[in-house]
Amino acid sequence: MPIHEKSLIRQEDLKVQEQRVVDGVDVSGHWSTFIAPRVVTDYNEALEEEIAALPGGEHIHRCWQCGSCTNSCTVNALNPDFNPRYWIYLIRTGMEAELLRDKDIIWQCISCNKCTYACPRDVFPEGVMKATAHWMELKGHTPKSKSTLFDEEFTEQVVATGKIEEGRIIRNFFARTGQPLFQDWLVEMAKRVARRLPFKQALMMAWAALFKPRTRRWAKASQAISEYVQEQDKHHRKALGLERRT
Amino acid sequence: MKKNYQTVAYYPGCALEGTGHAYNASTRAVGKALGLALDEVRDWNCCGAMEVKNIDPKVQTYLSSRVMAIAANEMKAKVVMAPCNGCYHNLKKAEHDLAHDVVSRETVERISKKAGHETYRAGSLETIHALDWIKHGVGEEELKRRLKGSLKGLRVANYYGCMYTRPRHIFPEKDQGGQSESTSQPHFMDDLLAAAGAVNVDFPLKTACCGGAHTLSDSDTSTRLVLNLLRAAEAAGAEVIATECPTCHSGLELHQVRAEKVLGEKTTVKMLYFTQLLGVALGVSPRRLSIHENVSDGIALLKEKSIA
Repeated sequence: MPIHEKSLIRQEDLKVQEQRVVDGVDVSGHWSTFIAPRVVTDYNEALEEEIAALPGGEHIHRCWQCGSCTNSCTVNALNPDFNPRYWIYLIRTGMEAELLRDKDIIWQCISCNKCTYACPRDVFPEGVMKATAHWMELKGHTPKSKSTLFDEEFTEQVVATGKIEEGRIIRNFFARTGQPLFQDWLVEMAKRVARRLPFKQALMMAWAALFKPRTRRWAKASQAISEYVQEQDKHHRKALGLERRT
Repeated sequence: MKKNYQTVAYYPGCALEGTGHAYNASTRAVGKALGLALDEVRDWNCCGAMEVKNIDPKVQTYLSSRVMAIAANEMKAKVVMAPCNGCYHNLKKAEHDLAHDVVSRETVERISKKAGHETYRAGSLETIHALDWIKHGVGEEELKRRLKGSLKGLRVANYYGCMYTRPRHIFPEKDQGGQSESTSQPHFMDDLLAAAGAVNVDFPLKTACCGGAHTLSDSDTSTRLVLNLLRAAEAAGAEVIATECPTCHSGLELHQVRAEKVLGEKTTVKMLYFTQLLGVALGVSPRRLSIHENVSDGIALLKEKSIA
């Protein structure tokens, strides 16, 4: 196998001619490997601006492609296709179709901030990953990821009551994502917790589940945050050239 | 570099009222044993954790700023202590953004005004972690004087996670040499536990990620990351992983179970909050430190080594 960067030359573009004789010389097989020409004409010139308009993406223009982000990335170590440096390159050059090839994994950024720590240009790649995942969803290229559904459930609870109750988050998240709550490992975990849970704490947890914990003096803050989020949502949709959903 | 943390505003946060209950109990117990008073922030709200910033980072800044506004403006506190890495990180980030970013400042001012409270002004409060609280408020020397027992050479891997050190720019007091904390090789927990008689093993993944942000939305990734941490700790010879964050702690426990159930990978290293370990050495009863609430049961190990 010749050495080449997987993301630039794709397996399906490598053409090998099994039977090939040139000027009486047999060059069949490996000797006549060609790379199918690939012409990119379809650029989205607004792509960088669109990502920069979403929260987290503001500083993408600072990138000079050193690759410190990918080099330090936690998720890249598990999956080499997860490549922040490459995605920033695609966004800045407007190669939307190429970017879309990885649409299903970009949301997997785990927010460990190793990239942000390593970046010499203060691009905040972690924010760029979140903005890009958000862009995919707003544009309708991907459905809302499980991570987004979790974030939404969490944020709704915080805005409504000022606090979260973990049990309710877990139950509602599994319901939203259509997963059964009684997974082997969760049941095992619950069993191990229950085995040692002191009565007082069990009572407190049951109490919290029944009467949602609330922050006092929260109503006006809740209202103010909701208004702000709606206003921002409008801005983002406008920046991406989307009609506001009614 | 001893600091006056005799009485600090205390921001436990949501996790410490739920899955991190043991961390809350042990932090309070250790504070009591060391003569440090905690004054809980009145009517506090969630800091935004790792989720709200993905909806909008400025909302997260506001949420954290409200907590600081109450501590600074209403309670006239000078210092707020958060034992949870997420809370600590978010308060630090809000402090940084409010000091350096005009848009954040204006947004927070606008929301605070509508919410009907005074805006938090950057610079009016010092945010510290429970580690700073004991390291600088008490120090190793005094800690040693107050010990009633010892961790007796218990082999510990100190795990700090992501949010205690990254990104560097929100922690201007770190990496300043001398007694300051390091963002690449944090050592406050190592120092305190060594003073209490533990042996810190050479653990290379102190600041690696446990996958806490996606613990339920991308469980397979989290399990692989946690399994890596557990294996590395065991390979380094650790009997216990000491934690200082409720998300890391419950993540390690949850995915230790999940790795066993889903991947058939069993690990035996135990997780204990550093406050539980310090508490034991300070003579606090394991029950008051809520060690029995941990899913990975450290009590048998501590008994076997006649530490507790």
